[in-house]
Amino acid sequence: MNDQQALYQYLLLLGDSPMILGHRLSELCGHGPSLETDIALTNISLDLFGQVRNYFQYAAKVQAEGKSEDDIAFLRLAHEHRNVLLTEQPNTDFAHVIGRQMFFDTFHQLLLEALRDSKDEQIAAIAHKSLKEVKYHTRFSSEWVKRLGDGTAESHRRMQDALDHLWPYAGELVQESPLEKQMKQQGIGADLEQIRPLYWERVNAILREATLEVPENSWFQAGGKKGIHTEHLGYILSDLQYMQRAYPNMSW
Amino acid sequence: MQQILTKEEAHIRKLLVEVTDPEIPVLSIMDMGIVRDIEIQEEKVHIKITPTYSGCPAMDTIAMEIKYTLEQAGYPTDVELILAPAWTTDWITENGRQKLEAYGIAAPLEESADKQALLGRSKVVKCTNCGSQNTKLVSQFGSTACKALFQCLDCLEPFDYFKCLK
Repeated sequence: MNDQQALYQYLLLLGDSPMILGHRLSELCGHGPSLETDIALTNISLDLFGQVRNYFQYAAKVQAEGKSEDDIAFLRLAHEHRNVLLTEQPNTDFAHVIGRQMFFDTFHQLLLEALRDSKDEQIAAIAHKSLKEVKYHTRFSSEWVKRLGDGTAESHRRMQDALDHLWPYAGELVQESPLEKQMKQQGIGADLEQIRPLYWERVNAILREATLEVPENSWFQAGGKKGIHTEHLGYILSDLQYMQRAYPNMSW
Repeated sequence: MQQILTKEEAHIRKLLVEVTDPEIPVLSIMDMGIVRDIEIQEEKVHIKITPTYSGCPAMDTIAMEIKYTLEQAGYPTDVELILAPAWTTDWITENGRQKLEAYGIAAPLEESADKQALLGRSKVVKCTNCGSQNTKLVSQFGSTACKALFQCLDCLEPFDYFKCLK
């Protein structure tokens, strides 16, 4: 892969996780457990989509094939997506939604803090902008994990169930892929080796405060970053890409 | 420092004051601090704008409005969206803050006070209806990305708070 192709792929890697998670959250529009959480989750979804647009607009420019952000978002197949498996996990119940969000937000904030120093000016600008928004996401999801974990017997049980289910997907975020290593060496990408200990430290602190039991399993599912996904992604894409596939080249 | 404006630039600025944020229609984009640069070239006016939030759905409309307003007045216009430096609530002008309050949206506090307010730990957000500080956080996220939802415990009126963004 030459530098330009690597940068393009890295922008997909940065954009795909927030895009798929943003889509998962958008599924909750009108279905949140309360009006306030419904609005919060869809607000977060909107922030994520805005950030994804910035990455994909830039990716289209880097690719220089005359394609648009929409082509990148709506015309790729499942194996061409580089999102982590965590973001595909379904909205089983509110505890799963919040648990998934807490893992992602905790990582996302650390990632953006690191990307502010990227040698690539546009990535640094997107990171600066996004970080301001993501701080609010982190606060929201971590507070809810604590509230549910340290709440009633029922909310505790559900939060623990969600945690146990999501745990195998929590490690991929900080596992460095060859592409991320390459981009780190160029001074463009974030250093996941540095982020990893901070990520686990913050996650563990939240779970402890939430009185939840941290699973002992340290083997994690992975594959998303190289395009190997759970079966959920195909269903997500058939929904997300419906308009472009039904009406090719349509635009607003 | 007093900035000396050309007649043209003064006119363009005046026109831009008429362009409002469609989600907060009392507020001009000039009061919001969205317009970052006005460059008057021979053939065209080049305007740089920056989004408040990445996902702000109003940006496309604002860009169109700017182009429409200036071209109606005879200035062919280009609008460019820039991301750096990232927008901050500090760029909302004093006039803008007053208009927000009058419209029923509490203006953003400083960062530390904002954090305390949004964690429900201190009562620092003033009710826009009765001015009481006896208010409570209902939700950290409100009707648009930039706002949180509060309620006054004295007059019971619900109101929006414009979140601090730094």
